[in-house]
Amino acid sequence: MKFSAEFEQRFTEMLTHYPSRRSVLVPTLLYAQDEVGYLSDEAIAEIAQRLELKELDVRNVISYYSMLTTKPRGKYNVQICTNIACILRGADDLYHHCQKKLGIRHKQTTADGQFSLEEVECIGACSWAPAMQVNYDFHENLTTEKVDKILDGLKKA
Amino acid sequence: MADLVSHPDEVKVVSKRFGQGAADIDRYLALDGYKAVQKALEMTPDAIIGEIKTSGLRGRGGAGFPTGMKWSFVPKDSPKAKYILCNGDESEPGTCKDRLILEHDPHAVIEGVMIAGLAVNAQSGYIYIRGEYRYLSIIMQKAIRDAYAKGFLGKNIFGSGKSFDVYWHGGAGAYEVGEESALMESLEGKRGVPRIKPPFPAVVGLWGSPTVINNVETLASAPHILLDGAQRFADYGTPKNGGVRLFCLSGHVNKPGVYELPLGYSLKKMIYEVGGGIPGGKKIKAVVPGGSSTPVLTADEIDIAMDFDGVAKAGSMLGSGGVVVIDDSTCMVRFAQYIMKFYQHESCGWCIPCREGTDWLKKTLDRFHAGGGIRKDIDNIQYLAENMMGRTFCPLGDAAAMPTISIVKKFRKEFEDHLEGKPCPFDPVGSARQQLLPVLSH
Repeated sequence: MKFSAEFEQRFTEMLTHYPSRRSVLVPTLLYAQDEVGYLSDEAIAEIAQRLELKELDVRNVISYYSMLTTKPRGKYNVQICTNIACILRGADDLYHHCQKKLGIRHKQTTADGQFSLEEVECIGACSWAPAMQVNYDFHENLTTEKVDKILDGLKKA
Repeated sequence: MADLVSHPDEVKVVSKRFGQGAADIDRYLALDGYKAVQKALEMTPDAIIGEIKTSGLRGRGGAGFPTGMKWSFVPKDSPKAKYILCNGDESEPGTCKDRLILEHDPHAVIEGVMIAGLAVNAQSGYIYIRGEYRYLSIIMQKAIRDAYAKGFLGKNIFGSGKSFDVYWHGGAGAYEVGEESALMESLEGKRGVPRIKPPFPAVVGLWGSPTVINNVETLASAPHILLDGAQRFADYGTPKNGGVRLFCLSGHVNKPGVYELPLGYSLKKMIYEVGGGIPGGKKIKAVVPGGSSTPVLTADEIDIAMDFDGVAKAGSMLGSGGVVVIDDSTCMVRFAQYIMKFYQHESCGWCIPCREGTDWLKKTLDRFHAGGGIRKDIDNIQYLAENMMGRTFCPLGDAAAMPTISIVKKFRKEFEDHLEGKPCPFDPVGSARQQLLPVLSH
């Protein structure tokens, strides 16, 4: 299985940072997911073998972390925060708006593979609520109009 | 990324370099960067710990444990390697301050880790940043690289003959990892399941070695304390509550934002003057004083000093500095429901009272808000929450229980207004969107 040169460089360097190989597992899984789109069987097997772990150990870790997924997602993963600070400023309406607009619900992907939708917990944008992340990008102080603009912009891209 | 705000009552210490481009190492150096660590290199470990104790600095992550004391617990004669672990897994709902520190002043965090390292004879430190904060991981990785390039990290730092390494580490989405023992498990490449305490991390931490774990803001305060004087820092705050801290104002306020205010600042003033009051001429119903896990205060309880002891006296906690303001158009049953949804999602399932308790409470609150509540549910919610308290390895169980108990106690009437098929009085339209569940038989 081939990862990018940047991935390999980071992986090799990170191994020197810890007294145990296993310590690189969580960030490595996330970087692998960024490249493949999800944690495929092949990626899991590769990482397990590199870190001298059982595949089951790796899957056990994957199932704990909410950002890690073994299922493919859309190109743009729209994550709406519905925790308290965002809810008080209208996140519920935003989330329903996105469900309607994209025609999908929590953890579903559009048929064209462009968008996934996720209701997520606090993303640390409380003072700029309501907020969402599209992949890793923060979008804050949102309104339905702003969300429309962002999603329509991505659709064209 | 996130907008910065300002208010004349602010005392900018940790936020002093915000918006000044200090993520760039040369700019940081021009703004007195890396001077504190050079000072620390000339001090004995005991002298550094003494300064931190004098400053009255208490942990900014939530528990408010005295930092100097925490550092002093590390056994000096241990032959094992010692570690500093900076907790940047900021995920307590209502809290968004560490994000600003990591974005605007990453070198202050590195410097803080180094100072803690010198205080306990550690030779390496890890800065753990939550997975969602990818852009901050990129900023931190660059900051660390730049510090190595200048010879501030690595072997023979500042010509002292001492070595110190700092590494970045990334998470992948988990609130519970913010708890210190779960944080260590996560850094070791495992599920973030908490460890039993004792032994405490200061004795048995990362890979079985003594480890000091501090929040980002706590560590970022250390350079300012050494450079500007411990007593000066202490004097900003109140007795036993030294310094200033970043308060994250959110919810129903006109000017939400992260403000650095002295400990002991009035909560009422913070909401009405700094935060500009409540939008739309509405009134306050409740305030979450320190992140979602702290008991809520009613509008009558906000005339208090925002320091650890002042908020404790009011029956809540200063916590992580996340002040969430709730106006009188908000349904507190729904608010409790959203809090429990969060904790049910984040419970790792290791301890049964938390795993079953949060799930049961979530289901009960969902049913209750959707009009399927019966009178005995109200006492049941409280009883369940009380029975989670103190019965789990980590404080996530308590964190779910504390706000719930306070909401049932202080807003019991709102629960009664939802009983037996009644739509939510605050949001009849919204509650119609939920599937109404049948009323259980008595």
